[in-house]
Amino acid sequence: MAEKEYAYFCGCSLEGTAKEYDESIRAVMKALGVGLVEPDDWSCCGSTPAHTVSHVLAAALAARNLSLVEKMNKDVLTTPCPSCLMAFKKAQHGMTGSEEFKVEVNELLDEPYNCGVESKSSLQIIYEDIGLDAIAAKVTHMMPDLKVAPYYGCILSRPPEIANFDDPENPVSMDNVLMAAGVEVADFAFKLECCGAAFGVPKREMVNQLSYKVLEMAVDAGANCIAVACPLCQQNLDLRQGQVNSTMGSRFNIPIIYFTQLMGLAFGMSPKELGMDKVFVSADKITRRITKAEYEKIKEEEAAAKKPQKAKKEAAAEETNN
Amino acid sequence: MDTINLSEKTDWAFIEEVKKESGQNPSLCYQCGNCTGGCPYTQYFDYPVSVVMRLLQSGQKETILKSKAIWLCATCETCTTRCPCDVDVANIMDTLRIIARREGKVAEKDIQLFYDSFLDSMKKHGRIFEMGILMGYKMKSGHFMGDAELGPKVMSKGKISLFSKSIKGADKVAQIFNRFQEKAKKHG
Repeated sequence: MAEKEYAYFCGCSLEGTAKEYDESIRAVMKALGVGLVEPDDWSCCGSTPAHTVSHVLAAALAARNLSLVEKMNKDVLTTPCPSCLMAFKKAQHGMTGSEEFKVEVNELLDEPYNCGVESKSSLQIIYEDIGLDAIAAKVTHMMPDLKVAPYYGCILSRPPEIANFDDPENPVSMDNVLMAAGVEVADFAFKLECCGAAFGVPKREMVNQLSYKVLEMAVDAGANCIAVACPLCQQNLDLRQGQVNSTMGSRFNIPIIYFTQLMGLAFGMSPKELGMDKVFVSADKITRRITKAEYEKIKEEEAAAKKPQKAKKEAAAEETNN
Repeated sequence: MDTINLSEKTDWAFIEEVKKESGQNPSLCYQCGNCTGGCPYTQYFDYPVSVVMRLLQSGQKETILKSKAIWLCATCETCTTRCPCDVDVANIMDTLRIIARREGKVAEKDIQLFYDSFLDSMKKHGRIFEMGILMGYKMKSGHFMGDAELGPKVMSKGKISLFSKSIKGADKVAQIFNRFQEKAKKHG
């Protein structure tokens, strides 16, 4: 039996265009001893479109799922998708903050929601509940060619009163998780800059222009890969990267990989199992793996080779000084 | 920029409506511009978000509801996060969209159509059927060729289904929409 068990809401994207996010999360959580149980017959969270119609409708569409979780006797729900997360957190915030709002929402539902579920991103569960030591202990392989820009997207840690996780201006959770998994992380200034969000279909060029900035900043930071935690960010940067290139006259060819896929690779899992074949810009060239033992041996040899050089340099410096 | 005669053209009822529905107090805004400074969409807005706030303080209902800005806001929450007066600016933008929709004054029809296709799919199936949303949007907007090159790419990865699948409780989800619409009708 798993040591920890959470209600798990994958959301609609992870059944479709973001399948590899779901596959890699399940694989990584299993390896870390975490059980994920889906609420029976869950429905769409309502996402961005619902809150352009009514806050009550949006909260009700989200709360239908939270009420399913209550029935499972679970008090924490984890979802990998920031948009689902925000829908749940806003419903919770509104319903606990105002009795009147709660009544209005529950009037739309068959089963009332009693506000007993806390929603957390899967990144938050991995970072806070599982922890960096447990992640580091699972690492069997290193990827020496890889340098990753961790890209959080807009709403994993914002607004702070609702997200209640990490830092709203400079989040570090994904950086730390990746470093614990042995992945080299770039200092990336656009961790939270918007990729263009859900406007890809009606406002394609605008999205391409916004995504361009994120891609360019990652390359400037010396990264050869961007790690993501959001299906929409992934889609705008990966599936639409060809569009970005044709719209902006750029030549990006940078893989956009879910942070859980990178964790899985470090845990020695097969690329296929992690859905690495489902991304559009292939990461094969930068995810060459060697075992941790091999990596440590190479590092030792490098250090040993540097030592005599260093001693020589010091001796030379001393001579000049004299 | 137009000159506005505040004593003649301030719609006080509109200010109250936004206050009530958003739970925010627009009077707290002292026009520091922090929201606009961080807004990733400001170059596409007809009125920067801090100007929308000023227009709201002066009750300029028509100008705001007919603006593109309120529809091009992606609710990225940067403005809300950085407001020194703790105004939930993104919530106000959201509320303005809701009112614009209710009054049939949406300036960015394509965005509304896309959202509507999304909600139609949700109401019908309980979950989102990505292909259905796209086709629904194309039919309604007339933009048949948009993103045409992406279809085969996504298909080749087996990521998008051609066939819809509904959850068992799809009717329950439709009920939520129906009850909402009935209530909205009742309250005018």
